[in-house]
Amino acid sequence: MSFVLDIVTIIAVSAGAFFFLAGTVGLLRFPDTLTRLHALTKADNLGLGLMVLGLLPHAGSLRDGIKLICVWLIVLLAGATVSQLIGYVARREGSRP
Amino acid sequence: MTEFLTAALGFILAILAVGLVRILRGPGDADRMMAAQLIGTSGIAALLLLGTVSGVPAAVDVALTLALLAAFTSIAFVKKGTARFETDAPGSTEAE
Repeated sequence: MSFVLDIVTIIAVSAGAFFFLAGTVGLLRFPDTLTRLHALTKADNLGLGLMVLGLLPHAGSLRDGIKLICVWLIVLLAGATVSQLIGYVARREGSRP
Repeated sequence: MTEFLTAALGFILAILAVGLVRILRGPGDADRMMAAQLIGTSGIAALLLLGTVSGVPAAVDVALTLALLAAFTSIAFVKKGTARFETDAPGSTEAE
């Protein structure tokens, strides 16, 4: 049982690290602001979710596990809101003469 | 398992450092703010990994605080940006 949980952790944390890498490469390589925003917000939130999923088997208690999920939910909510707002500002900046 | 999680922690911190290049290069304010957003997200991931590796449950609370502060910094940035646009807007219509 512990072995299976370790495998789940390794797979999920590796996938999370991969998505973080993808988000950073997108942030550095994409040509304009809105595409960078797209790469950053989606890939990073998914990467963090996979990390939380991988760390859940190692949470000490039920309370710690719920807290980990709450961190991810707050980041999702904040990331969705903030990406819309930053996209709004980027559009206004881009349309300025 | 601890070794693997520590390696993942080092990898996330390296990615965070590479993302800082965007603050140096970013042509607009919004690009720099996105790099700050990246620091927020990967900092949270690093803190969660650190809390599991070292067995300090308080690191999760720090990550929760960082999540809130990262959202607040971006909202403050957007408030400042739109306030500037609104003060600019009447002047530009008068000029036309």
